Amino acid sequence: MAEILVLVEHVDGSVKKTALELLTLARSVGQPSAVFVGDGIDNAAATLAEYGAENIYVADAAELTGHVVAPKAELLAQLVAEKSPAAVLITSTAEGKEIAGRLAIKINSGVITDAVGISEDLVATQSIFGGSTIVHSKVTTGTPIITVRPNSAAPEAAPAAGNRADVTVALSEKATSAKIVDRVEQEKGARPELTEAAVVVSGGRGVGGAEGFEVIEKLADSLDAAVGASRAATDAGWYPHQYQVGQTGKTVSPQLYIANGISGAIQHRAGMQTSKTIVVVNKDPEAPIFELADYGVVGDLFAVVPQLSEEISKRKG
Amino acid sequence: MARLLLASNIGSSAVRWRGNPPKEVDRRMKIVVCVKQVPDTWSEKKLDPATKTLDRASVDGVMNELDEYAVEEALKIAEATSGEVTVLSMGPEQSTETIRKALSMGADAGIHVLDDALAGSDAVATSLAIATVLGDRGVDLIIFGSESTDARMSVVPAMVAERLGLPQLTFANKVEAPGDGTVKIHRLPDYGYDVVEASTPAVISVVEKINEPRYPSFKGIMAAKKKPVETVTVADAGIESAAVGLGAAWSEVAEFAAAPPRAAGTIVTDEGDGGVKIADYLSEQKFI
Ligand SMILES: Cc1cc2nc3c(=O)[nH]c(=O)nc-3n(C[C@H](O)[C@H](O)[C@H](O)COP(=O)(O)OP(=O)(O)OC[C@H]3O[C@@H](n4cnc5c(N)ncnc54)[C@H](O)[C@@H]3O)c2cc1C
Ligand SMILES: Nc1ncnc2c1ncn2[C@@H]1O[C@H](COP(=O)(O)O)[C@@H](O)[C@H]1O
Repeated sequence: MAEILVLVEHVDGSVKKTALELLTLARSVGQPSAVFVGDGIDNAAATLAEYGAENIYVADAAELTGHVVAPKAELLAQLVAEKSPAAVLITSTAEGKEIAGRLAIKINSGVITDAVGISEDLVATQSIFGGSTIVHSKVTTGTPIITVRPNSAAPEAAPAAGNRADVTVALSEKATSAKIVDRVEQEKGARPELTEAAVVVSGGRGVGGAEGFEVIEKLADSLDAAVGASRAATDAGWYPHQYQVGQTGKTVSPQLYIANGISGAIQHRAGMQTSKTIVVVNKDPEAPIFELADYGVVGDLFAVVPQLSEEISKRKG
Repeated sequence: MARLLLASNIGSSAVRWRGNPPKEVDRRMKIVVCVKQVPDTWSEKKLDPATKTLDRASVDGVMNELDEYAVEEALKIAEATSGEVTVLSMGPEQSTETIRKALSMGADAGIHVLDDALAGSDAVATSLAIATVLGDRGVDLIIFGSESTDARMSVVPAMVAERLGLPQLTFANKVEAPGDGTVKIHRLPDYGYDVVEASTPAVISVVEKINEPRYPSFKGIMAAKKKPVETVTVADAGIESAAVGLGAAWSEVAEFAAAPPRAAGTIVTDEGDGGVKIADYLSEQKFI
């Protein structure tokens, strides 16, 4: 079966769910090999094998992670040359897309970004124009490079050999020209990451202020959800910018999206329209967000949302 | 100052004409900012059934909102280093509107990469055109927006850096480019950030929130009319026309369709039990 290279997202060897999603998707088009960059393989190897990695290529040289993007693209280019895989799959994060873009130029291959699905013959499904149009695209030149959005597949275990092989890469001078001299970490909090979360609870202008977001956070925590916000809310400084959902913020595609006090402007919809189930709370029955709702309540979010949080906690026991 | 390739007469040689220049003078940064004309985000976008690319004729074009931040950052750096800003846009005739907008904000000159052969170019071809046009102009910084709101790929800046062999400092929410041959950014401001350093020439992309783009002033709008805009064709730039445009795309849209409409949902009015009703629905759907 054709080999599919999967670039693994992880934090010090703790493998992200997105990597398991990619391994699962890769199995439907060929035989996945994980590409693991950085430290921590001893923590990661068992999980990668459990989810179907036949091979695990490990590259832990410090220059690979100490410089912006280019070294990872060089590593992948080397692996593509050595292994002649049928495709390369990368998670659609900001950095993942950049790696894919540079790799495409290096190996003279086409690249497709933000796929939400991949069929057996490597045709990628994309949802564009804010979810209004579904596109099926194919790479026609070289080795297909496809970046896949988080939540595009449900991870399924399928144990494989997980043969480890160390990879050394001789990086060019150009690849190490943008040096990461410091990494400033900020408290991330206990909530799941916005783009990866299975449930997202969002607040908009209707939340009325920074304090209002406590109500939203409480609901989010009752569902182990991430918190999102409309641009009206982030622009007003009620919630940090990195939580903005929409055209100029994050694109999310969770199993469940709960929009509270959000009108549903086209630019907001662009970032959440592909959510599987959408629940809306808004006091204006004419708000366009109701067009997307699987279930909607016309009402004051300050009455409805706390009641909902309480009810969920009750039912969860 | 190290430059990409010294084809231009503006640069370190300018320092010598002035006798004993004040320090700022030899810090003059030569900046190019890349901007794209895109359909207004408020408009409904469609694919053209014949070419399966964006139907640009049927919608109003505006400067990609995310590129306004790139223009603003370029102007700020230029102001601090007595530098100059050239705005580059690749796109059909109407893209001159977007170039004029950048000029009215304060950019000094424009380059319009305009050729029918470019129509339908994918990111790979777009990056080739931009890199080829800029490759020999002696630029210190090439500044991009973080994403075009129509293609939404966020790859052109990385691809241009790759093609030109320049350091990539992308997704910046802070840029320090004092004109001493170094550049430093804060990258990807999610749960913290990376501090990234490189020497110029370099490629930068900026995220919104890095600054507040200025509005063109009346004076700026009048001045823009007299600023030079150079039109560059594929032949002028020495790009093989077979390497760009729809025919050269390395990926293709096989088919497309309107997304199936969402099944109409259940909408109820809160009568004091709205929260309970949602909980019932979530239980039914097995979310609780
Ligand atoms: C180029 C561009 C890019 C943009 N990018 C984004 C983006 O990425 N993300 C984004 O979100 N927006 C984006 N916008 C902005 C977008 O157009 C809207 O302005 C924004 O989404 C509105 O946010 P909102 O729905 O929270 O506010 P509003 O439109 O003001 O809606 C607030 C809603 O809250 C309801 N409400 C008020 N009080 C209550 C209450 N007590 N209980 C229940 N409901 C209540 C109201 O009925 C109303 O429907 C962009 C705009 C442009 C031009
Ligand atoms: N046709 C173009 N002309 C000039 N700049 C462009 C063009 N296409 C993309 N860009 C630049 O590249 C950035 C990223 O675009 P994209 O990769 O398409 O999301 C944009 O914000 C622009 O700065």
